[in-house]
Amino acid sequence: MTATRIFGTLAHRAAILAFITFALFPLFWLLKVSVTPNDLLYSEGVRLWPSATTLDHFRFVLANSEFPRFFANSLIVSGTTALVSTVLAALMGYALSRFRFRGKMWLAGLLLVTQMFPLVMLVAPIFKILSPLGLTNSLTGLILVYTAFNVPFASFLMQGFFDGIPPDLEQAAMIDGADRFTAFRQIILPLALPGVAATLGFVFTAAWSEMIFALMLISGSEKATFPVGLLTFVSKFSVDYGQMMAAGVLALIPACLFFLLIQRYLVQGMTAGAVKG
Amino acid sequence: MTATPIPIPTRRPLRQRVALTLEPWLYCAPVLILITAVMLVPLILGISYAFRDIQLLNPFSGGFVGLDHFQALGQDAAFLRALRNTLWWTGASVFLQLSFGLILALLLNVPFAGRGIAQSLVFLPWAVPTFLAGLNWAWLFNPVIGPIPHWLTALGLMEEPSNILSDPQIAMWGPIVAATWWGIPFFAITLLAALQSIPKDLYEAASIDGASPIQRFFSITLPYLAPVIAITVLLRTVWVANFADLIIVMTNGGPADRTQTVASYIFTQAFRRLDFGYASAVALVLLALLLAYSMVILVFRQKLSNRDR
Repeated sequence: MTATRIFGTLAHRAAILAFITFALFPLFWLLKVSVTPNDLLYSEGVRLWPSATTLDHFRFVLANSEFPRFFANSLIVSGTTALVSTVLAALMGYALSRFRFRGKMWLAGLLLVTQMFPLVMLVAPIFKILSPLGLTNSLTGLILVYTAFNVPFASFLMQGFFDGIPPDLEQAAMIDGADRFTAFRQIILPLALPGVAATLGFVFTAAWSEMIFALMLISGSEKATFPVGLLTFVSKFSVDYGQMMAAGVLALIPACLFFLLIQRYLVQGMTAGAVKG
Repeated sequence: MTATPIPIPTRRPLRQRVALTLEPWLYCAPVLILITAVMLVPLILGISYAFRDIQLLNPFSGGFVGLDHFQALGQDAAFLRALRNTLWWTGASVFLQLSFGLILALLLNVPFAGRGIAQSLVFLPWAVPTFLAGLNWAWLFNPVIGPIPHWLTALGLMEEPSNILSDPQIAMWGPIVAATWWGIPFFAITLLAALQSIPKDLYEAASIDGASPIQRFFSITLPYLAPVIAITVLLRTVWVANFADLIIVMTNGGPADRTQTVASYIFTQAFRRLDFGYASAVALVLLALLLAYSMVILVFRQKLSNRDR
């Protein structure tokens, strides 16, 4: 009995370790090649860690390439998208959580449907619409598109957080003479700050990762976001592996930071949704 | 002049009533306007493109062509191959993500020291931007820079270190492995949440009755998870079928169109050939197929939950 139990525990830990290895190995390899000096790149190709390390690739990428600009562009686009989406989603989520009105079901249904249909379908028409408005090859155009794509999910997320706050609080404030919007801003929103942080994180990560629309709407390196810049770099100079991977490591940083910020809400936030499912 | 007596106002004044009715819509208006402008109008426009000749570089295009695009689609060998590839790509990716995601969720559902850390480490791939995940795996498969071809050679699975992504027979495995790596956390998170909502006393009662762990899994865990699995698989299948990032980054549809899926084909038609009309026709076919698939799954799920009651 105890022998099988010990064996079971060992097998369990081994399996967990296998999953962690599988999850982390590609990222480890990215880091490894980014610090390998060029002369060891091929001679020590399959070694787990090079005999000497260097930060030259990072230095080169930061000083001599256009990646700092791509990084800044991505930061502007993702940051603004996260901010605008969260503000709009907070308003929408509040309405879905607190008001009962005709057409609410249709509204929620509409938001849900936008999550279902293929976004590749919108590539061509969005390009056609934005082009005469001067919003192609522009960060504003990207922000507009990303905000629209992310706001439905963000609204549901905010609604979930508002649902968890008892309505008596703002009702008390409204009896004391505050109008609803003031009550929303000064009482409910501060209480929903963890939800606001999670929503910011989700939208930022999604915008940071988007590639298809960035490739379609942006041409030239002036307005390129990180994915566009990295892919252009890869297709032009496909031998500078160390530099490419150093750039890749840089692209990973903001996404991982935001992930650490939101990850404790993940299972807890999904529990509510999954139980109903 | 006799003024008709003003009825006692049992209702609020009109202005206030209008304000009250409008209030929720004021909160919704920004989102509604944005979604209409950036998603609904383009969607309708996109559907109309499928029946028109829209080529970005040809100023004389724009006329209606009726069903011409769809007739061309029926004879387009590349499209038919892309349809087959989509089936294989979506089926294999979702199956592997679900299987490993379920195993991971079951492993994480057991309490152990360091579970919190283990959980955030195995969920990390989910935060990696997909373009980077694609490039990262393309590098791992590259014999010049990556270890995988050398390992496969050492295991005797490969004659000499070569790139999986350039072998037409097995190239699709590259994006499938990358998609599995990236997608396991999504299934694991969702299924773990569902597992944690199963009442514990069910298991206690079953083990008192002498049910083995395997019997408990099949008679308690799986029936409880089934509805969640059905809806998650539905959402993920639609999502993966539309998901072109990994394929565009890793193989660009090649070699010899062996990894071209319908989604990446749409992108290629719109982005490289700038043939928006044809791209929209392909997209419309994809939309119709996914809608039909969703209907089938939803009906199936309805049957499943009716049988339980």
